[in-house]
Amino acid sequence: MNQKLQITVSPHIRSSVTTGSIMLDVIIALCPALAASVWLFGARALYITAICVLSCVLSELAFELITRRTPTVGDLSAIVTGMLLAFNLPVTIPEWQAVIGSVVAIVVVKQLFGGIGCNFANPAITARIVLLLSFSGTMTNWTKPTGFSGGELISSATPLAAEPGASPSLYDLFLGTHGGCLGETCALALLIGGVYLLIRKVITWQTPAAFIGTVFLISFFVGGCSFEAALYQILSGGLMLGAFFMATDYATSPPTASGKIVFGIGCGLITAAIRLWGTYPEGVSFAILFMNILTPYITKLCARKVFGAVPAGKIRKA
Amino acid sequence: MKRMKGVTVPHLKSTADSVPTRMTDLDIAVYPMVQHIGAPCKPVCRPGDAVYVGTLLGQASDGLSSPIYSGVSGTVDKIEDILLSGGGYAPAVYIVPDGKMTPDPAITPPVVTDLQSFIKAVEHSGVVGLGGAGFPTGVKLGVKDASRIQEIIINGAECEPYITSDTRTMLDRDQDMLEGIHLLQKYLQAKKIIIAIEKNKPKCVRAMRDITEGNEAAFVKVLPSVYPQGAEKVLIYHTTGKVVPEGGLPIDVGVIVLNCTTLAAIAQYIRTGMPLVEKCITVDGSAVMHPQNVIVPIGATLEAVFNFCGGFKAQPGKVLYGGPMMGVSVPELSMPVLKQTNALLALDGRDAAPVDATNCIRCGRCTNVCPVGLAPVSIAAAYGSGSMETLQKIHANLCMECGCCSYVCPAKRPLVQQNKLAKAALAAWLKSNR
Repeated sequence: MNQKLQITVSPHIRSSVTTGSIMLDVIIALCPALAASVWLFGARALYITAICVLSCVLSELAFELITRRTPTVGDLSAIVTGMLLAFNLPVTIPEWQAVIGSVVAIVVVKQLFGGIGCNFANPAITARIVLLLSFSGTMTNWTKPTGFSGGELISSATPLAAEPGASPSLYDLFLGTHGGCLGETCALALLIGGVYLLIRKVITWQTPAAFIGTVFLISFFVGGCSFEAALYQILSGGLMLGAFFMATDYATSPPTASGKIVFGIGCGLITAAIRLWGTYPEGVSFAILFMNILTPYITKLCARKVFGAVPAGKIRKA
Repeated sequence: MKRMKGVTVPHLKSTADSVPTRMTDLDIAVYPMVQHIGAPCKPVCRPGDAVYVGTLLGQASDGLSSPIYSGVSGTVDKIEDILLSGGGYAPAVYIVPDGKMTPDPAITPPVVTDLQSFIKAVEHSGVVGLGGAGFPTGVKLGVKDASRIQEIIINGAECEPYITSDTRTMLDRDQDMLEGIHLLQKYLQAKKIIIAIEKNKPKCVRAMRDITEGNEAAFVKVLPSVYPQGAEKVLIYHTTGKVVPEGGLPIDVGVIVLNCTTLAAIAQYIRTGMPLVEKCITVDGSAVMHPQNVIVPIGATLEAVFNFCGGFKAQPGKVLYGGPMMGVSVPELSMPVLKQTNALLALDGRDAAPVDATNCIRCGRCTNVCPVGLAPVSIAAAYGSGSMETLQKIHANLCMECGCCSYVCPAKRPLVQQNKLAKAALAAWLKSNR
């Protein structure tokens, strides 16, 4: 018996979770929201999502081929970025702007910093902000979701900027039958996806709970101890999408439980501050981007306690 | 109490009900003079010498060492350097068995009257940490002041996948274990003896509750099945709540941990005088024809043991000493079963297929499962940039190489490997700076 045996360092078994399987779970978790967006805004929602996904995947592939890196399209992360970016765009956005957003997300924010895991800011969030600042008109052209009734797409204000009296009901907010970006309006679909991610252990509860909880509490007290005001805030805008799918991005948020809570509270504070006292009607994107930048410091401050550790110099020789 | 982290691994303990059969027919028996932590033994036999089961082959050297005895009767063929699984070389005694398995006529039970003679006997028994660590048990029990011992934990956690040899010890050698407990109470004045078992072994829990019934100082503690439950520091914390400090030993917090098979082996030696010459091992893995537990003479080659189990049903891609989480892969099937071998696994090509590492996605899984609370990613980064100060600050030396980080990594990065390299570099740096 003279066959070659492999020599490797332990462990010799690995869990079945891979980068690709995690990304696939995120894609699955985004599907209820995608379905809801088609129901709300019509087939164009699917069309815009397809454009974003395709341009993300192609720009990743092109960049890696040009720079002679190993193609990583197989890890499905570009698809996730494309879907998330599309969910952050109004359904009426011109195609070419969606393509620019995708290229910014993948090439500038992700690949130029070293590819998956090396980016310091969330690609979809950053691309959305770039588009918002570059094309303010089309990016704030909120559409009233009449797609499901076969009617024309009508522009309207996002509920966060709506005049008092014209705002949708809590029920509308929960189901998503109100104006907004194509993937952010249906809180129900996003919650289903979020719960799926929690069950699959792709994300943990800390970030979304701290993020949504903070916005809830601040709105509750600022709104004069009104549950309705607080619920209104957490169900509107991009909060659900941001808290479950964007703030939980691995590379741009702290790894430890305590770090995630700090990160989530920070996101919540900034979101509430911008919404309540800032010029912009919505602050989720800015809040997450800002906390992305703080992440290395939070990670450092919220490191896990090392079991049995003794400060250097005080170690007794055994 | 906050539990230490870990991972849920597949148990794969399909051999748990396999009552071990004894293997006696060997063509050759090989005894490397290193079967413990510490310096090699000095061979005390010469080619041509007749040896019996239990005849001394290698004398313990000073420090962390333990004598090595023959597991077969026969003739010494040669003494020659052999490749060890760790990559080094050591002298090994090769014996051609006569097939009779005649016990050494000189063997008599040791005379044990007090602590001193008990420790002496344990040293002579050749028993080392049989859970896989190979720490000489005589040295472990030989604490200067036995009154420091508050608890002795008998480790029956057996948290590694596949392995069921400790399970068999608890089921088949419960009387040896009972004798061992009495010895510990008598000579070490152990105030508390805790048998710690993972809850996936209810039969063992029952067997151990039976032998400790009525013994006020000894009891069973059932622990969740979370790997690495059986790791010394984890086990101590989960059974007593005590934290072994960095650089310290369990005895610094008044604890001694003994593997259950180690305890049974001590008791057997004190009763019969027959030193450690055979081991119950689990032979399993996707390439093995008939996975089972086997009582093997120490020194039997892996090839002989696998053949005893019906050979291979698939070409083995990887063969391991021990379990899949911390086991050591072996280069050749001519290597022998050692004292601390508790399992032999042969994985087929599919199970042994190498995994390609991709970019770290900074998911934090490694950090969140580390029982010790280390950040393997930071260790890898600090090692990569050669920053020894950082390695020291983030306590890279405390890594126990349990493998949880590599196991969970979705990017399949070799984190344990980098931790090992970092630990070695840090130790060398500290030594040169002293």
